[in-house]
Amino acid sequence: MAKIEIRDLTKIFGPAPEKALAMVRDGRPKDEIYKRTRHAVGVNRATFDVDEGEIVVVMGLSGSGKSTLVRCLNRLIEPTDGTVRIDGTDVTTLSVKDLRALRQRTFGMVFQNFALFPHRTVLENAAYGLEVMGPPRLDKSTRRDKAAQALARVGLGGWEAARPGQLSGGMQQRVGLARALALDPDILLMDEAFSALDPLIRRDMQDELLRLQDDVRKTIVFISHDLDEALKIGDRIVLMRDGAVVQVGTPEDILTSPADDYVARFVADVDIARVLTAGTVMKRSEAVAVLGVDGPRTALRKMRNHAIATLFVLDRNHKLVGLVTADDIAEHMAGGERDLAVIMRTDITTVSTDTPASELIPLMAGLPHPLAVTDERGRLAGVIVRGLLLGALAERGGNA
Amino acid sequence: MEVTNMMNMTGVPNMMGLPGLADMTGNFPRIPLGQWLEAAIDFLVTHLAPATRAFSAVTESGLNLLEAGLDALPPLLVIALVGLAAWRVTRKVGLGAFAVGGLALVWNMGLWQATMSTLALVLVATLLAVLVGIPLGIAAAMSDRARAVVMPVLDVMQTMPAFVYLIPAIPFFGLGKVAAVFATVIFAMPPAIRFTCLGIRQVPAELVECAEAFGTGRFQRLVKLELPLAAPTMLAGVNQTVMLALSMVVIAAMIGARGLGGEVWKAIQRLEMGNGFEAGIGIVIVAICLDRILQHVGKRVGS
Repeated sequence: MAKIEIRDLTKIFGPAPEKALAMVRDGRPKDEIYKRTRHAVGVNRATFDVDEGEIVVVMGLSGSGKSTLVRCLNRLIEPTDGTVRIDGTDVTTLSVKDLRALRQRTFGMVFQNFALFPHRTVLENAAYGLEVMGPPRLDKSTRRDKAAQALARVGLGGWEAARPGQLSGGMQQRVGLARALALDPDILLMDEAFSALDPLIRRDMQDELLRLQDDVRKTIVFISHDLDEALKIGDRIVLMRDGAVVQVGTPEDILTSPADDYVARFVADVDIARVLTAGTVMKRSEAVAVLGVDGPRTALRKMRNHAIATLFVLDRNHKLVGLVTADDIAEHMAGGERDLAVIMRTDITTVSTDTPASELIPLMAGLPHPLAVTDERGRLAGVIVRGLLLGALAERGGNA
Repeated sequence: MEVTNMMNMTGVPNMMGLPGLADMTGNFPRIPLGQWLEAAIDFLVTHLAPATRAFSAVTESGLNLLEAGLDALPPLLVIALVGLAAWRVTRKVGLGAFAVGGLALVWNMGLWQATMSTLALVLVATLLAVLVGIPLGIAAAMSDRARAVVMPVLDVMQTMPAFVYLIPAIPFFGLGKVAAVFATVIFAMPPAIRFTCLGIRQVPAELVECAEAFGTGRFQRLVKLELPLAAPTMLAGVNQTVMLALSMVVIAAMIGARGLGGEVWKAIQRLEMGNGFEAGIGIVIVAICLDRILQHVGKRVGS
């Protein structure tokens, strides 16, 4: 079961949405509905899941309904129709009291313009959520400790006594993030959280968020109008237009198989080389030699069978330990050497699966053999040959 | 022909010479608005007697206590304290010096007791106006319905000439200080209500939304977010209330409030121009001291 299940979520703005809702269900376009009923469709039957521990970026131009959508999740905006299930519980039918408890314990929210309380210190801001929490509530010193920990986590240790007005935009948003994290909520809702920041600061904050996410593993719904941001931080992207979800997929899905012209135009400007990673362009290695199992003669036969001139050598745990070339083997076999461990080269270049394609190009340039891609435990995940990389970039219309 | 000419010339119908018109006006009986209001006030006076008596007793004793207390303080000490307060709060030496010089002048003119009496009236009236006004302002901010009731009433209250408030005060409380305080409270309350309501409604929507997102309750929102952010605006309202109270306390001399207003009123009746202006200058000095100090208190809270 997904952490958040959103089904046919619809928001219509206006005093009497019934007629407009019927038109939405008939699939009438937003403009026509507005002309006929004077009701604006904010979100149009949005349906998607968010899995535990993933970052889903809801993306679209302004007016596409993404901010409305995220506010429907904790009912800051009351949805007109559809359901939102969190851990299986339908949020849309909760009583006022249960909704408050849900907001206090399950959601942390970060806002575009920070929304810090100017009359409170940084520490008091970070402790706000814990302070308004219904019983059982933590005592004051515990609340302060937790708030201070959250501040330290976002790199603001030592600023506890400052007022928000004394901080730069980037620091203010760190306070906003700490305020949400202090609650240790399951879900973080981030509404254009970095959009108000300078590009450089924004990039820092994105890195910071990804680093934090490695530690805390929250379920994050992140709103953005910036495709680069979405591609960088999103495990999956939900693309919205006119209130409707146009496409849901991984960044690579969105780039390589856009669902329609709208998405295609959206992604047309993206520097593909920066977005594609070693993991997406690599292929499975056709053959490997295993240390202690395969001798030089077997290795040579494998190369011949696959018409390749090099072979990666793994140990019994599938860990990459080296590389042998046909020439080296031929040379050593003349000298009677039977052990691959002696013959193989160990000074090989490897990259990890998430290395961007743009960094692969210079690496590949001077390499006479394929590039090995390893996973986090050093096992061989795949190989990249030069033609494969360039082909992938060309095929996806990259301007690298 | 002649009739219309006369009408056009004077603009007023000549009743004596025009029996026809007199008949016509006779067909529109005068609406006895004044009588109705009188009846209403009579009704209230009779039925609210226990409440007005209690209010009267509490206000009178509080007022007397405060007046006696202020009077018992040596003038030099009061002058020094007010001067120090003016200087410390505004961080302006000039204002401190003005307060010391001004109050010394008041003392010198033999108006010290009258000034203390006026100050006591202003303080008590302000306290009551704030005690009633701020909750009303909060109610008007939190509920659109309350606002729809309160705001038109305030409009009427503020358009009504100040003297008019003296009239109902007399049947309720008789001539004297309590009636003066009552009229002053009514007259001085609107800014306390308006500014409180305004201050709360001015809290940025995104902060309110953020509070909501963290599951803040309505009362928590008021205490933790709205009142602290509205405080500077509310204090500006209190400042206005004090100023209005001061002006009304002077007018209320007509129904028996003594103090500086009483001195002015006496001077008017006896055509003593010099004494009247002296008391007037005393009022200005008190007003400037109160206004400047309170304004700076408001700024302090705001920053």
